[in-house]
Amino acid sequence: MLTPVVDPDGAPFWEYAARGELRVQACAAPDCGRLRFPPRPCCPHCQSFADEWRRVSGRGRIWSYVFPHPPLLPDYAAQAPYNAVIVELAEDPLIRLVGNVVAEPDAALDSVDPSRLRIGARVQVAFTEVDGMTVPRWLLERA
Amino acid sequence: MATLKDATAIVGIGQTPFAKQLPESEKELACRAIVAALDDAGISAAEVDAFASYTMEETDEVEVAKSIGAGDVTFFSKIGYGGGGCCATVGHLAAAIATGQASVGVAWRSRKRGSGPRPWKNTAVQLPTPAQWTRPFGLLRPADEIGMLARRYLHEHGATRDHLFNVALACRNRANQNPAAIMYERPLTREMYMTSRWISEPLCLFDNCLETDGALACVIVAAERARDCRQKPVYVHSAAQGLPAQHHGMVNYWNDDPLTGPAWTAARHLWKQADFGPDDVDVAQIYDAFTPLIPLSLEGYGFCGRGEGAAFTEGGALEIGGRLPINTGGGGLSEAYVHGFNLINEGVKQLRGHSTAQVPDAATCLVTAGEGVPTSAILLRS
Repeated sequence: MLTPVVDPDGAPFWEYAARGELRVQACAAPDCGRLRFPPRPCCPHCQSFADEWRRVSGRGRIWSYVFPHPPLLPDYAAQAPYNAVIVELAEDPLIRLVGNVVAEPDAALDSVDPSRLRIGARVQVAFTEVDGMTVPRWLLERA
Repeated sequence: MATLKDATAIVGIGQTPFAKQLPESEKELACRAIVAALDDAGISAAEVDAFASYTMEETDEVEVAKSIGAGDVTFFSKIGYGGGGCCATVGHLAAAIATGQASVGVAWRSRKRGSGPRPWKNTAVQLPTPAQWTRPFGLLRPADEIGMLARRYLHEHGATRDHLFNVALACRNRANQNPAAIMYERPLTREMYMTSRWISEPLCLFDNCLETDGALACVIVAAERARDCRQKPVYVHSAAQGLPAQHHGMVNYWNDDPLTGPAWTAARHLWKQADFGPDDVDVAQIYDAFTPLIPLSLEGYGFCGRGEGAAFTEGGALEIGGRLPINTGGGGLSEAYVHGFNLINEGVKQLRGHSTAQVPDAATCLVTAGEGVPTSAILLRS
């Protein structure tokens, strides 16, 4: 499996994930405070370089999804077809995270029946460890 | 203010055969396409003093210039973002020639994507910003990234796979008229489309472009000189690049509306500089690495409103005789996928009146580059 190739902008996201916390970069300027993703050095709204990592609820909705089929990299082909989803966060629907909906935090990428996925479905973050790195996964909330 | 409008013209085009596998190296294919384009123009290689290509092009201008016997080169440029750079190769040369930095420009693309490696399999090279946020989750290939937009598009606009089939079919029908196309003798039916294997559901095999070996090139000179060349000049009427505010690269799920991509940005500038608008376009060559890029681009370039691109494809609108014939050589879906360069050359063929699927009296053509990535577009006129 591919693990995130972390850059300085993204490092805090993965450090908080390792503690089981979903945090999103936010502007720390008093008059702004807007969330931004993917992380970057400077706020695109007010140009402030002050930032903080704000904890979010981990709740969201599926914005879109695909089921990749081979040809794929071997570790992914072994689980194909699996789902890859985009989740828009409850706190700000413009903050969208790519991830996978799974039956249990440590379950395989193909562990949820594809027919259960739909745009707008509510999901909740969970975390799992992949080759020594903690990454988010998403669990369907019961309707 | 100085203007690019009709200041330069494409006077030569060249191409190699297209195939899943060609024996020649990318460098040799590049040289063959360029030499053919210069021969078409009736211009000697020694007169070439400008080059433009893509950053993904592996043969650099030094190798090309010394191989073909170019003279002293005073302008050279490479454009980033894969197929998004396609039309900008012509745009950069037009700007250089119109401002006197050079006099004979060659744009080219050579690629062995048919027999060579698939870029997404190289996990050592990480795409810029988005890679850490997408690839670990199995969003590995461009087809997966565009599949996300496609699913959302179908959902938001009540579109169906039949709309994507309309795109695939129009391109295939044109390829069936074009002996140089890889799919020349291979018709496509709705049954084949609907029962084909998935690549990244909702995208099936026929929603994806061809994996091709091949090369193309074109030659650009000032308008005054073009009138003395061997071929009827095809003028570069308008050119634009597009990097929208808050864009993020190949995948952009993080702006307000991911379904309005770089095409919208390029289009605004393209039309602002032009003497005509979308209704006056006789034929279009629209970048088609994946079928959903057509409805997205139809909207972006103003042929219809936001969300109306799928419906636009109905009733044979994209076929010859339809409202907007597209990709008349077969496009990336059915002629060859060489990062869109065959779309440029096909636009030239249409305005010369020499296409294998000629639109009667075509005098204006839009050519677009990859949508989703930072992009580019040109308007050609005869």
